[in-house]
Amino acid sequence: MREEIIVSGRMNHLIDPYLQIWHWPIPFYLFVGGLAAGILFFAALMTIRGKEEQYTAATRYAPFIVPFLLVLGLGALFIDLNHKPYFWRLYTTLRLESPMSWGAWTLMVVTPLSIIWCAINIRYIFPKWQWPYEWLKNLDAFFVKHKMTIAWVMIISSTILGIYTGILFSAFNARPLWNTSILGPLFLASGLSAGAAVIAFMGKTHLEKTTFAKIDLLIIGIELFLIIHLFMGFLASSQVQIEAASLFLGGEYTAPFWIFVVFLGMVVPAILDFLELRGYPIPTVLPMILVLFGSITFRFIIAFAGQASRYLY
Amino acid sequence: MRYAMAIDTKKCVGCSDCVVACQTENNVPIGYCRDWVVEVTDGTYPQLELEIRSERCNHCSNAPCVRCCPTGASHYAEGGIVLVTANKCIGCGACIASCPYDARFPHPDGHVDKCTYCNHRLLEGLKPACVSVCPTKCMYFGDLDDPNSEVSRIIKKRKWKTLIPEAGTSPELYFLI
Repeated sequence: MREEIIVSGRMNHLIDPYLQIWHWPIPFYLFVGGLAAGILFFAALMTIRGKEEQYTAATRYAPFIVPFLLVLGLGALFIDLNHKPYFWRLYTTLRLESPMSWGAWTLMVVTPLSIIWCAINIRYIFPKWQWPYEWLKNLDAFFVKHKMTIAWVMIISSTILGIYTGILFSAFNARPLWNTSILGPLFLASGLSAGAAVIAFMGKTHLEKTTFAKIDLLIIGIELFLIIHLFMGFLASSQVQIEAASLFLGGEYTAPFWIFVVFLGMVVPAILDFLELRGYPIPTVLPMILVLFGSITFRFIIAFAGQASRYLY
Repeated sequence: MRYAMAIDTKKCVGCSDCVVACQTENNVPIGYCRDWVVEVTDGTYPQLELEIRSERCNHCSNAPCVRCCPTGASHYAEGGIVLVTANKCIGCGACIASCPYDARFPHPDGHVDKCTYCNHRLLEGLKPACVSVCPTKCMYFGDLDDPNSEVSRIIKKRKWKTLIPEAGTSPELYFLI
């Protein structure tokens, strides 16, 4: 038996008895970042494939949510900072070794891109839209002319944003639950799935709804595959990671993770997508709500459980 | 120059003088501490082993907190001491999450705070406050690159361990066992 106690007393705020430095703003920020990445990815993908006319929700309408999502996410990130007056320091340094720095700069690229994308598609929302100044008209014409280039930059930057939402956690080897490279692709898949579900809901045509239901189904399959690999990796790893996995395999996060994230957030929407593709009249709002609920719950659970997992010495 | 500290777990009695000295010297806010004393009991009665450790930031030479800091506020100072520049720190908490020793905490002023090895005292040729007050003289501090320093000699002479070496942080806080 081994017992370890701090005899001098240590109750540092947000550190003891267990780490709670990251509250709701960080998982919320990662959720909206992932969802924004998912929507922009499909907007860029369908544009690059020349399917703009068939998939109007993906390329023209859904991207209008993205700037709002990113502003909400950045607002949450700002709320989370303890030393707010120095926020600007993020943008006076580029540190390649720091995932937080990568994230800040990626958002610096993705946010203006999403606004440009909305600007060049605004006439599809408001047909009578006219830019007020000549230079704005010229700028709009310039961006429309280079739409394909913007789409390529957007598909790459949105992929980085989607992966980054997981890498932010996985770069910390001090927290055994987070310290797995699977989190990057898993959070990317979760963001893409959320994006696909929103687009399927917003889809104007049967083709668009069924295509994105298929895409969502495929991505949910990939997510389940990655979750199995996540736990296989943990259970085949060192003691600290076995104990981290036990938080989900009998520990305090078992029920919320398997019921809310895996069952309600992945298995049920996958069944609904499948039934929809088989012709059953399933309202697309249902899988969307469930996927979004699963996606946000997933990030909250990983954020909190990761802080509860630690090295023992 | 490479500053390091060695703490003799056979001599430490866990009096917490080091903790109080640090709080006083560094004006650590009430309710917080930069160092602390851990008591580890191992085994089954009556075969028990007791180890007492005075712990603090390990001033790792491969510090994850320095690596993950997005602004460069966490940095290596002369002698490998890991410090935080308060007016560069945005209080994002990444360094706190990255430390396997939980040695950092958010200062009520917003920036992150931690042990500095009493850098301000070192500049005046003094030892860190915790080392200077220890009643059992169980702490040794000095330059590991100098083979004649007190810390180099004791590390050469005695068996030692570092905490969580498997985390790959290369800590510079040694425990004599």
